[in-house]
Amino acid sequence: MNEWTYEPAPESRDIVTLRSSYGLFVNGEFVDGTGGAFKTVNPATEEVLAEVTQAGTEDVERAVVAARHAFDEVWGPMPGKERAKYLYRIARLIQERSRELAVLETMDNGKPIRESRDVDVPLVAAHFFHYAGWADKLEWAGYGPAPRPLGVAGQIIPWNFPLLMAAWKLAPALAAGNTCVLKPAETTPLSALLLADILQQADLPPGVVNIVTGAGETGRALVAHPGVDKLAFTGSTEVGKEIMRAVAGRRVKLTLELGGKAANVIFDDAPIDQAVEGVVNGIFFNQGHVCCAGSRLLVQESVADAVTERLKRRLQSLRLGDPLDKNTDIGAINSAEQLAKITELAKSGAGEGAAQWQPECALPERGYWFPPTVFTGVSQSHRIAREEIFGPVLSVLTFRTPDEAVEKANNTPYGLSAGVWTDKGSRILWMAQRLRAGVVWANTFNRFDPASPFGGYKESGFGREGGRHGLEPYLAAAGAAEVTGG
Amino acid sequence: MTTVAVTPADLDAAAASDVSLRRFLHGLPGVDQVGAEARAGMLATRSIKRGAKLWALDMALRMTDLTTLEGADTPGKVRALCSKAMRPDAVDPEVPSVAAVCVYPDLVPTAVESLAGSGVRVASVATSFPSGRASRAVRLADVAEAVSAGAHEVDMVIDRGAFLAGRYAQVLSDVVAVKEQCGNAHLKVILETGELRTLDNVRRAAWLSMVGGADFIKTSTGKVAPASTPAVVLVMLEAVRDYAEATDSLVGVKAAGGIRTAKDAIRYLVLVNETAGQRWLTPDLFRFGASSLVNDLLMQRTKQRTGSYSGPDYFTVD
Repeated sequence: MNEWTYEPAPESRDIVTLRSSYGLFVNGEFVDGTGGAFKTVNPATEEVLAEVTQAGTEDVERAVVAARHAFDEVWGPMPGKERAKYLYRIARLIQERSRELAVLETMDNGKPIRESRDVDVPLVAAHFFHYAGWADKLEWAGYGPAPRPLGVAGQIIPWNFPLLMAAWKLAPALAAGNTCVLKPAETTPLSALLLADILQQADLPPGVVNIVTGAGETGRALVAHPGVDKLAFTGSTEVGKEIMRAVAGRRVKLTLELGGKAANVIFDDAPIDQAVEGVVNGIFFNQGHVCCAGSRLLVQESVADAVTERLKRRLQSLRLGDPLDKNTDIGAINSAEQLAKITELAKSGAGEGAAQWQPECALPERGYWFPPTVFTGVSQSHRIAREEIFGPVLSVLTFRTPDEAVEKANNTPYGLSAGVWTDKGSRILWMAQRLRAGVVWANTFNRFDPASPFGGYKESGFGREGGRHGLEPYLAAAGAAEVTGG
Repeated sequence: MTTVAVTPADLDAAAASDVSLRRFLHGLPGVDQVGAEARAGMLATRSIKRGAKLWALDMALRMTDLTTLEGADTPGKVRALCSKAMRPDAVDPEVPSVAAVCVYPDLVPTAVESLAGSGVRVASVATSFPSGRASRAVRLADVAEAVSAGAHEVDMVIDRGAFLAGRYAQVLSDVVAVKEQCGNAHLKVILETGELRTLDNVRRAAWLSMVGGADFIKTSTGKVAPASTPAVVLVMLEAVRDYAEATDSLVGVKAAGGIRTAKDAIRYLVLVNETAGQRWLTPDLFRFGASSLVNDLLMQRTKQRTGSYSGPDYFTVD
């Protein structure tokens, strides 16, 4: 009798009504496009969920024109307190339809329902609430006495947190008085299209938010469009560089939130059990599809064995499988392409001499899966210590002194986030001053809050999202119109 | 350096004096309260359904120490509680008995007589429960009375005053003395975590009790709020897990006070399962100290089997 196994506890998909095909959301309506269609699949089952329209250059043009018109006629002139009402309404509707959003996000992305339900969707609502509060207080945001919106914002978002990234982009832009053309990632367009439904429900004026689905070509068309005043991109460093080249010499305000290779630093006086949880949360949250993931564990040599032993024991209790099961900890890899990339990099880790360890864990037969993986004996020169894997793969390195920890943590082209684990408060401050990363978490990891600015150093990008700082990319200070092209 | 791996020899050396105990206990890895609460909160979202739920409800019943610790306790009250303990559901003989009945020492003879031959054990609080504020002689006499009256298990309280004042050796020698007085009776050591306040203290008191010979470590008397909380039990489960790793001996955990619903009980079982592991999912190594919990377990059990809820009046109030 002494065997307890949790029975499957799948969240019902009935709450989601999938259409067989989706158009583009332009000027407040779903419309046909000119670029053909592509399929979006559930990465946990490879089941085709829907056909989605590929926006061509003409469609992007229509979307930008609609956004410009809405900016000139409706949204730009509207008083902030009126814009706030729309944002509050959107936030409340997101809360009301949170289960539907969470289930759809899990189906299209592969992330566990526990995360989409408890992390993604609540944060989405929180971002809209936060920026709704700013809409009528922009004069006090610290960007001059009468800051003005820029105009039309082109926003390109990734597939790892599809709806959350849409919220990070839309909420501050709308609060500041801009209108938007949003391009979701091609593997995860559905939650943004459900959000379009919510925007209709909220009676948001037509053209204020336009959503153009498609792959890289659609993104390029949006980046190249001369009617765009502001571009915001979250995604790979490679594409970020391409965008920078494309906008060089143009009057476009740009923010980029790119890759990362964050160090999670554990000192010998750390709260070990919580640090192990933090490591798990740092790299296995969302299958490691997190730009700020703690993919490099830097552990003080004197406790390295104890920490890795505990980490391995803890990983054996992770539950990998059906993302819709409420007890699942690790879901599916988002796409076959991403799985191939993770597999290739993991292979290089073993090839370069690091020791690979994976818990015993059966992978489902269909879908894209990769087991939680830990590499020990990793050195700074290994590819798995330098390149962003964007998967559930942890590289463990050791250090001897705080100086060495800082040196190794900063020894990367990236600088998005870092974690410090120690019981000594003064050391946390000492480390935070020296780590070149946009976010430094102390005795925690991967914690997000709409009031807290987020963004990178170096090849992790520039510009901040969240909080007061997150308004800056969408505002022109009074008299600065010539400089920013607003 | 932080003590992470501990050997039995380390424990012997640590027990030598206040200084060595302090060095050892304060060398244990700290507990980050925010992180511990977040972990316990995450585990509370586990969804336990159907067969897994039925298993858990029965296991929770079998793990319960049905408790009455009131000034107003009478032999009649204790006898009623004992019959409930042996046959929790008046209409369903399939329902398993609870683990034990827990009473004050003077009522142990009544409980022993009522439970004779049933397999349900008699637990007695002792050592001037709940405050423990009496001389060691008085507290040991309390234990002796309970044991000689036939208690199978003794629930002692530690001297929180001594612990908070840093007199760890005194707390340790109390536990050792009570353990000796217990003879064959099992010793549960109550940490009274609501008075220790910090999770660092909980971890230290847990280790101190285990080094002193505790068979179980127990959260609370039930007389101080907060009593058992998921984060406290998480830290205690980590302690017994680490102690087993160091010494190969298995110490149990008892969550007591404030656990009233089946839902809460199942959350604790999830904590056990994913912290200490399957091995601890037995009444020999995990207990609930509770009274009203039993009827909610029975009600959920009936719901699970028949598909419909019956009212609280269909379960006996004892």
